[in-house]
Amino acid sequence: MLAPKRLLTALALSLMASTAHAADEVVVYSSRIDELIKPVFDAYTAKTGVKIKFITDKEAPLMQRIKAEGENASADLLLTVDAGNLWQAEKMGILQPFTSKVIDANIPLQYRSSAHAWTGLSLRARTLAYSTERVKPSDLSTYEALADKQWEGRLCLRTAKKVYNQSLTATLIEVHGAEKTEQILKGWVGNLSTDVFSDDIAVLEAINAGQCDVGIVNTYYYGRLHKQNPNLAVKLFWPNQGDRGVHVNLSGIGLTRHAPHPEAAKALVEWMTTPEAQRIFADVNQEFPANPAVSPSAEVASWGKFVPDTLPVEIAGKRQAEAIRLMDRAGWN
Amino acid sequence: MTHRAQRRWYLPVFAVAALVLLPLSVLLLSWQSIDQQIWSHLWDTQLPRLLGNTLTLVLGVGLGVTLLGVSLAWLTSLCEFPGRRWLDWALMLPFAIPAYVLAFVFVGLLDFSGPVQSLLREWFGSGLRLPRVRSTGGVILVLVLVFYPYVYLLARTAFMAQGKGLMEAARVLGQSPWQAFWRVALPMARPAIGAGVALALMETLADFGAVAVFNFDTFTTAIYKTWYGFFSLSSAAQLASLLLLAVMLVLYGERRARGAVRTGNERPRAQPLYHLRGFKALAASAWCLLVFACAFVIPLLQLLVWFWQRGRSDLDERYTGLILHTLYLGVMAALITVSVALLLAFARRQAPTRVIRSGVSLANLGYALPGSVLAVSIMLAFSYLDRVLVIPLSGFLGGAGKPLLLGSLSALLLAYLVRFIAVAYGPLENSLARIRPSLPEAARSLGVSGPLLFCKVYLPLLLPGALSAALLVFVDVLKEMPATLLMRPFGWDTLAVRIFEMTSEGEWARASLPALTLVLVGLLPVIGLIRRSAHRIG
Repeated sequence: MLAPKRLLTALALSLMASTAHAADEVVVYSSRIDELIKPVFDAYTAKTGVKIKFITDKEAPLMQRIKAEGENASADLLLTVDAGNLWQAEKMGILQPFTSKVIDANIPLQYRSSAHAWTGLSLRARTLAYSTERVKPSDLSTYEALADKQWEGRLCLRTAKKVYNQSLTATLIEVHGAEKTEQILKGWVGNLSTDVFSDDIAVLEAINAGQCDVGIVNTYYYGRLHKQNPNLAVKLFWPNQGDRGVHVNLSGIGLTRHAPHPEAAKALVEWMTTPEAQRIFADVNQEFPANPAVSPSAEVASWGKFVPDTLPVEIAGKRQAEAIRLMDRAGWN
Repeated sequence: MTHRAQRRWYLPVFAVAALVLLPLSVLLLSWQSIDQQIWSHLWDTQLPRLLGNTLTLVLGVGLGVTLLGVSLAWLTSLCEFPGRRWLDWALMLPFAIPAYVLAFVFVGLLDFSGPVQSLLREWFGSGLRLPRVRSTGGVILVLVLVFYPYVYLLARTAFMAQGKGLMEAARVLGQSPWQAFWRVALPMARPAIGAGVALALMETLADFGAVAVFNFDTFTTAIYKTWYGFFSLSSAAQLASLLLLAVMLVLYGERRARGAVRTGNERPRAQPLYHLRGFKALAASAWCLLVFACAFVIPLLQLLVWFWQRGRSDLDERYTGLILHTLYLGVMAALITVSVALLLAFARRQAPTRVIRSGVSLANLGYALPGSVLAVSIMLAFSYLDRVLVIPLSGFLGGAGKPLLLGSLSALLLAYLVRFIAVAYGPLENSLARIRPSLPEAARSLGVSGPLLFCKVYLPLLLPGALSAALLVFVDVLKEMPATLLMRPFGWDTLAVRIFEMTSEGEWARASLPALTLVLVGLLPVIGLIRRSAHRIG
């Protein structure tokens, strides 16, 4: 137990710690976890000497904290996953748009905010996964086709509460309109072989164990599981190659409105779009670099090439609330 | 006691109540504007089902924890049977396992793709269909196994403090052990049991982690969905304040039903009351062992297996920091919270006016809210204080004019205080209630008063209760996730933060390392305190 005196000192120190602002540091609030960001930040610190402080949490509480801190901000950057979340942050007014020739050159337009409030850093496809034992790739074609009778009792899905599924649904609404999308989702829910799962890994394991034959997952989850278990009887399939392409989402970053170190923060964001950083950032999570000049890791490349959906990813945010209501109506829990 | 002496208690009680009220008023302010679209959507598609689920869960968990907690406490505190000595404290160990950890262990172990069902399919063919783990029964089972220690700990202390006089009197009057249990021991332990069940149910209502693993939708799920999905914090806060209202009704009912049961400290027993033999002894051992195995041994083994398979490579020197941060926060929060709760309990005893009673009840409300909602309310409240109070004041005094609260350690400790004060208050109030007023009065007549009276008379008698309270808070802080995540100072990652990071990526097996460490760190005080409390009383 600490003596009261030491306790007071410790408290006083911690109080002061939150107020100290060194010039050569950047503060990041991140919903991407420690081990997926620290390697990149460490590389930057080694290269430039700029220290990077960060805390991790879910995106909604972090965004609320940035909003509450207001002009007394401690965060320079918000790093999060899913365009839906980034769009919300933009709409809440907690981001500060800025233009940069470096970012414009490195990241394609469809993976950035049209108002320059945020930029994508890495890409992931939300695609189909199927059992190599019970499904022929020729049986598969599109997301929409998973609503067909032939998949009755054979489909596994993750919970509709996860933003990845909300974003996928948002793009369906954009393409087909609400009515037809609801029909598709009702078809999916009717084809479920078991209650929805709480994460993508569980979906893949259920396919592998024979509980169901096909599911919808993010690519990097497949990469992780495949690394652990090379004999996985599950493969990825790229749907909708004849029409709009595979649904792609991203992780991204934005400058906060009242960032205390805006210049240092912008420099960090710019660096994160360069090939050097892109390679580390994408590879730690087996994602596709958002910078098209950088090729994905060998493992990621081995899943094959695909045509991505070219809808601007912002759609995910614009239609998120509508998507959730529609999923609720369709009975997707 | 004079009116004036009673008024001395007003200020401290008001201060604590105000601290809790501040975040709660953030919730109430949310009612300024109502998003009709979200409400009508929730009402049409979600709420009926979720309310049904929540009710089932509360009933199931309430029944389960009462059954487990009371039966185990009765057996270990009043009977003698093989294994009683170590089961007595071992049955407290499951408390060190966070609900979300037990949930992911159970689902990981028993779901279709888990090792158990896979093995059974190998033996009996793939046509085998077993009961689903991710079901209402599964959630209830898991929550009962993690929350029964609340009831067990409090009921055990109550049974032990009852002494042998009354029970022996009941036996002399020809009551069978069962009759003595129902007519004497149980009614006397009722306040303690009620307090334990209330804690377990508040945890159940506020739980998000465990139900999310099962994807079992409750009212709390709707709160999170409204915030994380619709990004409407105000609608989420409105839902949360309704939840709070329900909890207040339950707590009020509990207090009313408790009525005027009188308890008193008797001469403690030296010997257990009933020596069980033969089949009865076997059944008692088997029942305790079964609960202990399901709630502790099996999850621990599964965590060890996962650690061996997947977690070993994560073990590095950063874990020392994680453990130290976790311990520091736990110890500090336990000290602060128990002191403040003790203050409240004394205030209520010495000055049981209507105002004081309401103030104390208010101060206890923080526990019933879903962690994230409370965390964000506290965060908003503190940032408000920073803006209107700290910054102008420090600017006036020539300081930096920067926010001091948000992001500081003291804010995090205050958040723990707000959240866990109810956990410490229950056991303390119970211990205090068992000290008959005649005792301090006698001491006073002998000229002992003030701090000396507290140290010589109250403290020794309160120590078991205070230790229980400190233990509960310590372990709860270890397991606490949302407030720690949102309010920790930079670099203050804890074991719970690491568990969150792993599970948020679906990496349950790798969460085994921080989870195991958390359980081990939580175990040591559990064992120490339980043994000590047994020693003091038994």
